Amino acid sequence: MENVIELVHLQKQFGDHKVLEDINFSVRKGETVSIIGSSGSGKSTMLRCINLLETPTGGEILFHGENVETSPMGVSQYRAKVGMVFQSFNLFNNMTVIENCMVGQTQVLKRDKATAKEIAMQYLEKVGMTPYINAKPRQLSGGQKQRVAIARALAMDPEVILFDEPTSALDPEMVGEVLTVMKQLSESGMTMLVVTHEMAFAKNVSDRVIFMSDGIILEEGTPQDIFDNPKNQRTKEFVGRDGSF
Amino acid sequence: MEFLTDVGNIFLKYYPQLLQGVGNTLLISLIGTVAGLVIGLLTGIIRTAPTSKNKFISVLHKIVNGIIAVYVEVFRGTPMMVQAMVIYWGYAFATGGSTLPLIPSGILIVSINTGAYMAEIVRGGIISIDKGQFEGAMSIGMTHSQTMFRVVLPQVIRNILPSVSNEFVINIKDTSVLNVIGVTELYYFAGIIKRMNFQIFQTYLVVCVLYFVMTFSITLLLRFLEKKLDGKENYTIFGSQTNPAAEIRFDKGDK
Ligand SMILES: Nc1ncnc2c1ncn2[C@@H]1O[C@H](COP(=O)(O)OP(=O)(O)OP(=O)(O)O)[C@@H](O)[C@H]1O
Ligand SMILES: [Mg+2]
Repeated sequence: MENVIELVHLQKQFGDHKVLEDINFSVRKGETVSIIGSSGSGKSTMLRCINLLETPTGGEILFHGENVETSPMGVSQYRAKVGMVFQSFNLFNNMTVIENCMVGQTQVLKRDKATAKEIAMQYLEKVGMTPYINAKPRQLSGGQKQRVAIARALAMDPEVILFDEPTSALDPEMVGEVLTVMKQLSESGMTMLVVTHEMAFAKNVSDRVIFMSDGIILEEGTPQDIFDNPKNQRTKEFVGRDGSF
Repeated sequence: MEFLTDVGNIFLKYYPQLLQGVGNTLLISLIGTVAGLVIGLLTGIIRTAPTSKNKFISVLHKIVNGIIAVYVEVFRGTPMMVQAMVIYWGYAFATGGSTLPLIPSGILIVSINTGAYMAEIVRGGIISIDKGQFEGAMSIGMTHSQTMFRVVLPQVIRNILPSVSNEFVINIKDTSVLNVIGVTELYYFAGIIKRMNFQIFQTYLVVCVLYFVMTFSITLLLRFLEKKLDGKENYTIFGSQTNPAAEIRFDKGDK
């Protein structure tokens, strides 16, 4: 299968602080890759580098083999193809649910309003949010907000979606509804890169798991490799700790 | 009793002047506040714009930011009465004696003065918007200007509305200093009326009431506007049976 995204010797440092040392890996079309690792290991930073919310300080990010920082496509159009779902939702507070899912389509993809609305409705239905299209974000629960955020990303027809701990800010009873949507998305063939602390998701839904520690990828493999048969001592400790409940 | 008749007589006898004064005061402070807000928004957008990769633009940006900073400090750090004299007579000095028309001069002075305050209000408003709003917009490919105009500024304007309304009220009161250059606002007419009837207290009491009526109505009006902008606290469930407009219809003829 072809690589959608490829990181080659990716480095990121904030001042003197090296957060990503030398990251190399690729995501193939249709794959769901989970990224696990302890707090501060650089997972978010890596994800944010991929859609250029942070500028890498070394190495390359390739999108279908092309360096995204120098690509003639431009940052805007690249970002439209690489969706992102945040821990804190980041829905636009001044817009209703449907407007949240339309504005990127009309502004970035230059779709007309009617088309944008139709597409937004289609994805809002997928995440079960059709009844709330006229609500403002502040009127929704965390789980509902996150489902809208997923619909907003999907409405851009992205080739890959990055999730940064999408369920970490949710009350326990809402985690399930978001994970269900993500599982369906994964099964429908969407390419996904998911930073998560939900070990059950990493184990049962992803095709591949990456374990990060101190800015490097320490171990990478199938969920079975990582969870049942970890090679590295640090991985062992990490999955042992989280898998013990 | 006689006092009340005096006050009543001032209204009856001088209502054309009083009305003109109220009209001009409202006109100058309204346009001045709106123009000041526009200045505030423009400077706010410029000052919070990301640094350009283009060397020339980035240097230009720094220079403009410096000019804005000086403008803000100077106009917030000096009395509007003095600004009025300096600008009005400065123009006369520079042009060798010609003067600007009075009402437009007043509007100009109030606008520039308010703009300096608004610049800080808007900048604070932009900075206080959650970083996540910018990142959410960037993550779907929106440019900085699309993000500003579609996402950030609508929220900023809503958030700073109480401060804008405050500036408006301040302007209604502070236009009174424009009488130093002879602008025919309410306070100016108070001086004229006083010189005709010699009832200093009664005249200024009437003017005082008029100022308060203006500021209080504006406060109420803008509070109403704020409520209106916030929209309904609840939303109609799409497809709801109780609201016919929201009902999902399955027309046979639909595609
Ligand atoms: N903008 C920044 N400036 C300076 N340091 C930063 C910045 N962003 C992140 N860091 C640092 O980079 C390191 C990695 O942070 P990152 O958020 O990527 O970790 P993480 O693996 O996502 O952790 P968590 O599981 O807590 O979300 C941390 O030490 C953090 O303090
Ligand atoms: Mg993180």
